[in-house]
Amino acid sequence: MTQTIKDKVRTFVIENFLFGDTAYELADDASLIENDIIDSTGVLELVAFIEDDFGIAMADADIVPQNLDSLARISAFIEAKGAVPVSA
Amino acid sequence: MCGFGGYLGSIRDGKPLLERMTAAIGHRGPDEHGIFTTPGAGLGHVRLSIVGLGDGQQPMSDSSGELTVAFNGEIFNYVELRDELRAKGRRLRTSSDTEVILHLYKEMGEECLSLLNGDFAFAIWDARRHRMVLARDRMGVRPLFHTMKGGTFYFASEVKALLEIPGLSAEIDPIALDQIFTLWAPIAPRTPFRGIHELEPGHLMVAHQSGITTRPYWQLDYPDRDQRSAYTNENQAAEELRALLTEATRIRMRADVPVGAYLSGGLDSSIISALAAGMTSQGLRTFSVTFDTAEHDESAFQEAMAAALGTEHRAVACRAGDIARDFPDVVRFTEKPIIRTAPAPLYKLSDLVRETGLKVVLTGEGADEVFAGYDIFKEARVRRFCGRQPGSRVRPHLFRKLYPYLPGLQQQSAEYVAAFFGAGDVALDDPLFSHRPRFKGTAATKMFFSADLRAELKGYDAAEELVGRLPTAFGRWHPLHQAQYLESRFLLPGYILSSQGDRMAMAHGIEGRFPFLDHRLVEFAAKLPPEMKLKGLVEKHILREATKDLLPPAIGKRTKQPYRAPDSHSFSGAGELDYVRSAMGEEAIAAGGLFNAKAVTKLYEKCQSRPASGFRDNAAFVGVLSTQLWLQTFTGNSLRKAEAA
Repeated sequence: MTQTIKDKVRTFVIENFLFGDTAYELADDASLIENDIIDSTGVLELVAFIEDDFGIAMADADIVPQNLDSLARISAFIEAKGAVPVSA
Repeated sequence: MCGFGGYLGSIRDGKPLLERMTAAIGHRGPDEHGIFTTPGAGLGHVRLSIVGLGDGQQPMSDSSGELTVAFNGEIFNYVELRDELRAKGRRLRTSSDTEVILHLYKEMGEECLSLLNGDFAFAIWDARRHRMVLARDRMGVRPLFHTMKGGTFYFASEVKALLEIPGLSAEIDPIALDQIFTLWAPIAPRTPFRGIHELEPGHLMVAHQSGITTRPYWQLDYPDRDQRSAYTNENQAAEELRALLTEATRIRMRADVPVGAYLSGGLDSSIISALAAGMTSQGLRTFSVTFDTAEHDESAFQEAMAAALGTEHRAVACRAGDIARDFPDVVRFTEKPIIRTAPAPLYKLSDLVRETGLKVVLTGEGADEVFAGYDIFKEARVRRFCGRQPGSRVRPHLFRKLYPYLPGLQQQSAEYVAAFFGAGDVALDDPLFSHRPRFKGTAATKMFFSADLRAELKGYDAAEELVGRLPTAFGRWHPLHQAQYLESRFLLPGYILSSQGDRMAMAHGIEGRFPFLDHRLVEFAAKLPPEMKLKGLVEKHILREATKDLLPPAIGKRTKQPYRAPDSHSFSGAGELDYVRSAMGEEAIAAGGLFNAKAVTKLYEKCQSRPASGFRDNAAFVGVLSTQLWLQTFTGNSLRKAEAA
């Protein structure tokens, strides 16, 4: 299941922030901020994606880099919330 | 205010070439034009008549015929200089500032530049020494470009005049493109046109048969940070500032035609309008842009200030679709790819001024560089403050205070805000510390560069080149002064004064004048202690103190709202014109060869479906579109190829 979540998150990040650039070597633990993949508006897009696609209501306290600043962290956060992809 | 072009070298058909060159920049001088040729050199000029209406025709030769000048701009202290020349027994035939340059050059040679207070670019053909002398004003208000072709040296006020040279074709300089997509502007003397350069602000160039030499005649300088400031008394400093600014405005009111003013509703243009209104007996005319988007519109402040001053005020509305409609023309005049649409409303504004019959406007431009008004100065201070306690959850909240107009930022946690601004960055000795987040954030747009362009750039780093261009003394300056230097020396001439300034005004034959950029005021402000300029997080403190009697409190105490315009949003809905679809289409992008066509297609779709995109997406969209238009306009490339495909 984790693999499915991570794949879905990776696809979203590549499509939405890397504009389909599959050649970009995006490591699971690479910081999305430090690598200039995401900006302040991008965080809000990411939150909307998680809420819409995984059915998670994110509290303000959840929206921190510790939860969202890499593919691995996002996937772990979603998994910890016990969510599965809405479309899965 | 005018435009000129010329050459040094033996060419055939010099006169018809000068006719074509001046025709290409005819918008800069709709009133008159003139050509001067002599064996081995030529000058052409188009004139916007402002001073010496009846006797200031150019190119102008001295009585001996040995010196001939083509001049764009104004020497604001020409009255005093003319009086001094007359007192020395010189006979001046005209009432123009142009003749003053000729006399001073004849007397002092290049050293005369130190006496000129003005916004100017000029070329003097010196037949005595068979050489061409070119110079540009200290801050870079007026443009001057040059190139070599077939052993002949050519120069002009705009690049489009140089493109008339036989055999010279426009080709984009990939390094310049990288610089624009990182620093917002090329690093002079580089321009987006490969092989075409600009004379840097405050520089002098002497071209003769044996070669070309270039040197600065003025440089922006700040005191060492440990040096005790000459200004310790704030009241005294405010008084001196007021006197200098009043004088700078007074001499910029000199013209044989009426002078108006831009009024944005902010502190700086309000101050200039207030000073100017007190100096004219005919009533000041003021001009503004309004927006139908609340986050950009300042009309309430504009109207309040116009009412307080009793000016005859006109505003032009920049509505959805206007920016997209004007954007191809805007790029044709900026002659540079741009990553913001902000020049477009100013293009519309100068059109309004022209409609009213005025030729000259004062603006408040330059105050933010000179007196530390930009948010980036405060941001750097907060980043240093956060850097002292990297784990603090409280300190990063200050960033939100800096950017109340960025809703995306207001909704973020302290941790995210800190991360976005690199608040934990401990590289406090980085010479680009103040600007690093901006450069890094902007450079993220380079993800849209094509594989071919990346390969050609070979890992080039624009920010590092900028570091290499900093003066030796830079490291000894206070961090605020370092940040001010970066803004004043690079972004000001490279973008603000050119793409937003001279080019948008001159597109409609309007001359902008900038009292805050009077070099005496610039030199004075550079010597002020940093805390007089940025007091805590209050920008332009000393300027507010010096002018508080001029403005209603609502204006005088206003926090700076940066001038912005809708970006990618302008090109969706009513602004989604055919040319946008064509320029951003996969075929056109592929034909241009500079960007990744698939990625740009996704960007285009994203910006169309969700207009509230973040900075990177907006900057990338505008940057790619303007580059595509640049290719189409100047190289005939890209879109034409796509259409033919």
